[in-house]
Amino acid sequence: MIEAKNLSKTYDTGVLSVTALEQASFQIGKGEFVAIMGPSGSGKSTLMNLLGCLDLPSSGSYFLEDVDIGQLKPNQLAEVRNRRIGFVFQSFNLLPRATALENIELPLLYGRVPNSTEIAMNALDRVGLKHRAKHKPTELSGGEKQRVAIARALVNQPAIILADEPTGNLDSATGEEIMSLFHKLNEEKVTLILVTHEEEIAQQAKRIIKMKDGKIVQDQLLGVASC
Amino acid sequence: MLILDLFKMALRSLISHKLRTFLTALGIIIGVASVISMISIGEGARQQTLSTISKFGTNIITIKPGQKKSRHVSTGKVDTLMLEDANVIEKNVPLITGVAAQVYRSAQLKYGNKNTNTTVRGTGKSYARLANFEMKNGRYFNQPEINAAKRVCVLGATVVKNLFEEAEPLGQTIKVDGKNFMVIGTTEPKGALSWFDPDDQIFIPVTTAQKRVFGMDHIQSIDVQAANIEDLEIIKEDIAQLLRLRHNIAEGKENDFYVQNSSQWLNSWGDAAKTFTYLLGGIAAISLMVGGIGIMNIMLVSVTERTREIGIRKAIGAKKKEILEQFLIESVLISFLGGGIGILLGVSISKMVSKIGGWDTIVSTQSILLAFGFSVGIGIFFGFYPANKAANMNPIEALRYE
Repeated sequence: MIEAKNLSKTYDTGVLSVTALEQASFQIGKGEFVAIMGPSGSGKSTLMNLLGCLDLPSSGSYFLEDVDIGQLKPNQLAEVRNRRIGFVFQSFNLLPRATALENIELPLLYGRVPNSTEIAMNALDRVGLKHRAKHKPTELSGGEKQRVAIARALVNQPAIILADEPTGNLDSATGEEIMSLFHKLNEEKVTLILVTHEEEIAQQAKRIIKMKDGKIVQDQLLGVASC
Repeated sequence: MLILDLFKMALRSLISHKLRTFLTALGIIIGVASVISMISIGEGARQQTLSTISKFGTNIITIKPGQKKSRHVSTGKVDTLMLEDANVIEKNVPLITGVAAQVYRSAQLKYGNKNTNTTVRGTGKSYARLANFEMKNGRYFNQPEINAAKRVCVLGATVVKNLFEEAEPLGQTIKVDGKNFMVIGTTEPKGALSWFDPDDQIFIPVTTAQKRVFGMDHIQSIDVQAANIEDLEIIKEDIAQLLRLRHNIAEGKENDFYVQNSSQWLNSWGDAAKTFTYLLGGIAAISLMVGGIGIMNIMLVSVTERTREIGIRKAIGAKKKEILEQFLIESVLISFLGGGIGILLGVSISKMVSKIGGWDTIVSTQSILLAFGFSVGIGIFFGFYPANKAANMNPIEALRYE
């Protein structure tokens, strides 16, 4: 499903160039639950931006569902982000003036999907927040916000969901709730890629890719995900 | 995303900042209102001038014999213009709607035991129309009567009052310098100006005047009516050429006639009023421009403020075009709103000016369309840069923006 070959990213600041990611190669199959781990500055955010089609690699290639992402034009990248990728962010990133339901509906609107309200409602139901449909993000708790964000990521039935420190802004109990929601989704065959620097969170995945100084230093399958 | 959804989103964002939206639109409101009211005032002044002018007959060209040396005084030979000159002009000069040859002199009128001294004007059949005389009773004389030099006359209102008082003049016979004339019509009063009473005259066929009353071969002036005021200069040129040819005037020699239109100075007044309108409109347009800069300013603030929102939208699949459209729609909506309110305000201002100030104002559909189109254009023009800035944002940086 995902195939990265010698993926590298170099930022040119004018005076000197910084290599944020160097020769990363790996494959991720459908239904996997992968944690990308590493300290800050290890290149995990860069890798996530590449996997999320927000950025293009300096060299190497990235295939998502057999599509060579490096060859796509900006509008096509936007379409891939819209249809094939779901984002979950540390700071939720919901539109403050839109209701929970409208936030979830937004990707469908950009994708010109018919019956968007109905589909969005189903997604909201999937994260157990049907009763909060008309509430604005300011009226929701942190955990609820993140669940709305997950529903938004899910709504277009993407190939992968990319979660960047999804529990970073939540207390540990709420974080657990979110993690168990991820487990539930993974059981429903949703492919998850989780970026985190917390060992505890990473251990809940089925596979851990560890990074350091822009390189993959370890790619390890965990026997059974422990809760 | 459908344009309707973009509209809804733009509307929501404007509604959530009501005061800001209104203040931004205020620049456009003031701009549009001032364009409309200023143009209406200027246009009103111009139209009033023109209507004053046209009462005098602006589109009338007068040809007189001799040379014009100084104001209102003609010198040289005064018998150079002939009735045939008028006929030739009528047949050969394009863009004209009437020609009236004239002779005039004051004469003694007598009816019963009443006497009055007045101007007797011998004219062609078009004179009443050219000089804006309306018939009150009866009719003006026609071409057969002119050809036959009939002794018929049409009386001005003052003459009727002096000679007939309350009696019916139509069909009566009056004496003009001792000769009998039948009254076939009377004209509506035009109203006297302080130095001149146009109603204190009688009209008789030009041929009758020449042969039977004044005893002269030549005529004293020819009035020519132009179809359009714009063509006056061309017509004057044509007439001059034609008459030079007819009068056998060699190249380099002076004309033995002169062509003028009395409304020339009034016309230049009309031009001045037009300039005045442009000036007012121009100043108003500048304020509209300032309003546009206000929109750009606020939209730039709004784009910066919503950097993160733009990042989110891009991450979930908004295309560049859709971001551009969203912000462009916002600025166009602001200018639309401003334009709409501005029109209402501008129209009320010009109504108020004409009611309270007593000035004539004319709100033309043109000026409304102009101001409105201009304001929407300004919305697009000044909204484009901020919207483009938003559309070109890097989603990664936009998402990181605090």
